[in-house]
Amino acid sequence: MSNITEKSHAELAAAFNKDEPRVDWHDETLWWVRAKRDIAAHKIPEWELLRETASQIKNNVLSNLSGYLEQFEANAIKNGITVHWAADAAEHNKIIHTLLNERGINRMVKSKSMLTEECHLNEYLKEHGVDVIDSDLGERIVQLAGEPPSHIVLPCIHKKKEEIGDIFHEHLGSAKGESDPKILTETARQHLREVFLTRRAALTGVNFAIAETGEIVICTNEGNADMGAHLAEIHIASMGIEKIIPERKHLGVFLRLLTRSATGQPITTYSSHFKKPQQGKEIHIVIVDNGRSIQLGREDFRNSLKCIRCGACMNTCPVYRKSGGHSYHTAIAGPIGSILAPNLDMKKYADLPFASTLCGSCSNVCPVKIDIHDQLYKWRQVIVKEGYSPTAKTIAMKAMAFTLSSPALYRSGGKVARLAFKYAPFAVNNQLNPWYKHREMPKAPEQSFGEWYSKRKEGQQ
Amino acid sequence: MSRDKILAAVKSNQFNRAELPDLEILNTLTATNEPLIQQYTAIASAGGSFVYEVPDLEAIKTILHKEFKPGVKIISGIQGLDDYTFAGDVTHELSHSFADVELTILQSNLGVAENGALWLTETQMNVRVLPFISQHLAVIISKDDLVPTMSQAYAKIGNADYGYGAFISGPSKTADIEQSLVIGAHGPRSLSVFILT
Repeated sequence: MSNITEKSHAELAAAFNKDEPRVDWHDETLWWVRAKRDIAAHKIPEWELLRETASQIKNNVLSNLSGYLEQFEANAIKNGITVHWAADAAEHNKIIHTLLNERGINRMVKSKSMLTEECHLNEYLKEHGVDVIDSDLGERIVQLAGEPPSHIVLPCIHKKKEEIGDIFHEHLGSAKGESDPKILTETARQHLREVFLTRRAALTGVNFAIAETGEIVICTNEGNADMGAHLAEIHIASMGIEKIIPERKHLGVFLRLLTRSATGQPITTYSSHFKKPQQGKEIHIVIVDNGRSIQLGREDFRNSLKCIRCGACMNTCPVYRKSGGHSYHTAIAGPIGSILAPNLDMKKYADLPFASTLCGSCSNVCPVKIDIHDQLYKWRQVIVKEGYSPTAKTIAMKAMAFTLSSPALYRSGGKVARLAFKYAPFAVNNQLNPWYKHREMPKAPEQSFGEWYSKRKEGQQ
Repeated sequence: MSRDKILAAVKSNQFNRAELPDLEILNTLTATNEPLIQQYTAIASAGGSFVYEVPDLEAIKTILHKEFKPGVKIISGIQGLDDYTFAGDVTHELSHSFADVELTILQSNLGVAENGALWLTETQMNVRVLPFISQHLAVIISKDDLVPTMSQAYAKIGNADYGYGAFISGPSKTADIEQSLVIGAHGPRSLSVFILT
C-alpha cells in the first residue's frame, strides 16, 4: 500500500493530533514497548559491547559490500538457489511478476517485507492481475483497511481493537462488535491457514543474508514466513543489498540485539535459516539496490545502511509517538525512515529530516549505533543548500539572517516585537504563527538586554 | 545487466576496508552465572513455553498421555516413542497432508539459556513444515545440550551443512492487536520442552 499524498509531515501530524486521547494512547503504547526494550537490554551486561561489535561488523560489510554480494551470490547458487538482481523498484516488481507468470500463478501469500512496501509491489501485482495476501496479522489488518503499515515492526499500532473488530466483521465474518484480541487473532488464524494451504507462491523478506554460506535468515513471531514458504512450490525472498553479513557466527551478535531492541523479547519465536530449497521446490532471491548504492556513496549518510529494522528509534521518538507513522508518508517511518527517504527523493521527502527534535534518543537506542540524529541534522543542511526546504521556512530563515547581519535592524526589530507582544498579543498569538500552535507565547520583557545595559552604564556614570 | 551495474556502483562507492571485530570476548561471556537449566526454564516459561525436567522417555509419555487424547494425529521424530506415527516413515508425504496434525514431537541438540531458543535442522524436523503446521509442538533436549548465549550456540553450529534450520523459542504468537499478547498465531498453540536430566 502506498501513501498517496502530497501533504507534509506537519500537515499529516496536525490531522493525527486532532484526536488527543488517541494520540496519548499511541504515545503510551509505544513508550511501553520502549520500556520493555530497556528491561531486556539491561539484563545483558555486555549490551554495549554487542552494539559496538554489531556496528563494526556492519562497517566492515559496507566497506566490502561488492565482494560480499558476489560471495553470497556464488554460495547461494551453489546451494541451489536462483539469484536475481534489481536496480530499482520497477525491476524488482517485474522480476517477481515474471516468476509468477511463468508458472501460471496469480495468487501469492506474503510475509512481512518492508522492501516490497518501498517498491509498492502489492499495487503493481494487483494491476497485473495477481492477488497478494499479507500474512503477518498486523499487515493483514492494514491491508484489509486499505492502509500502509504505520510501523515497520508493529504495522497496525495506530489501530484500536474495536476498529480491527469492525474490519474483521466486514471482511472475515467475525461477529459484529467482537473486539477481543484472542478471538480476532483466532479468526485471522483460520482465514490465513486456508491461504497458506492453497498458495503455490510465497514471498518473504530477509533479515540477514550470510555471504559465507549463501543462506538467508528470516525472523517472525507468528510463524507466517515459514508456513508460507514451506507449503509453496516457489519461495521468493526480496532483500536490499545491505542485508548482507559476512559469516554465520555474526548472527550470534545480531540475533541477540534485534528482538530485544524491537519488542523487548530475548529473541523472536522463529529465526529461520533457509540454505537450500526443499526437494522439488524453488527458492529465488531478489537482491535490490533501489538507491542504496547512492546512499553508500554519501559519506554523511552511509551509516543508515547499517539498519537492521528493529524499530527502536520509532518507539523512543517523541515526534513519531505523537504524530503517528502515517505522517511520514513513506514506507519506513520514524527517525531512520527520515534519513532513508530523502536519498530516494530529496524533494518529496524534504520535510522529514525536520520532523525531529534532535533529542538524540534514537541514536542512544540504535542496536547498530547509527548516528541517527546527527544524520537528520546533516540532511537539513543538504536540503536547504539544494533548495528543497519548505518555502515558509526559507523566507523566515532569510529574514532572520538579514536582521541578524544588521545591528540597527536587530535593535529596531526587537523593539517592534516587544511592543507587539505587549500591545497587540493577537498579532503573534494566532494560527498564522506556527510557534503559537502548541504553545503560549512568552511575555515580552520591558526592555532588551542592550537597552538595560546601556541604561545601567549611564546610571554608573 | 543490472547485476554488473549494481556491483560496479557499490564498488565505486564503498570506502576503505574496515576490519571485522574480534568476537572472542563475547564468546566467553555468559550473561549470568545462574545454572543453565534454571535460566533456560525461567526465560522459556516467560516466553510461553511449558518446560519439564524429566528423567527418561517414560516420563514424557506419561505427560503426553495426560495432555493429548487418544485418537488425535501425533507425529514423533523420536525413536522410542513408538505409540505415535514415526516421522521418518512419512517424510515422502505432501507437506499439506500434515494440516491435521495435533502434536509433533522432535529432538533438538542445542538449546540457548539466554532466550529459550531450540535449534532444529531439517534432519530433526523430518519435514520442514512439521514444527509449524502442527497445532502443538514438543521438543526433547538433553540438559547437556544447553549453552548460555547465542555466541556459544553458533560456535556449536559451526559450519554445519543443512538445507534448513531454525531457532524456535516458544509457541507461535502475536501482539499486533493493541500489543495484547495472543498465543497461537499461525503456528503451534503450545510448545512443551522436555529437558532430559
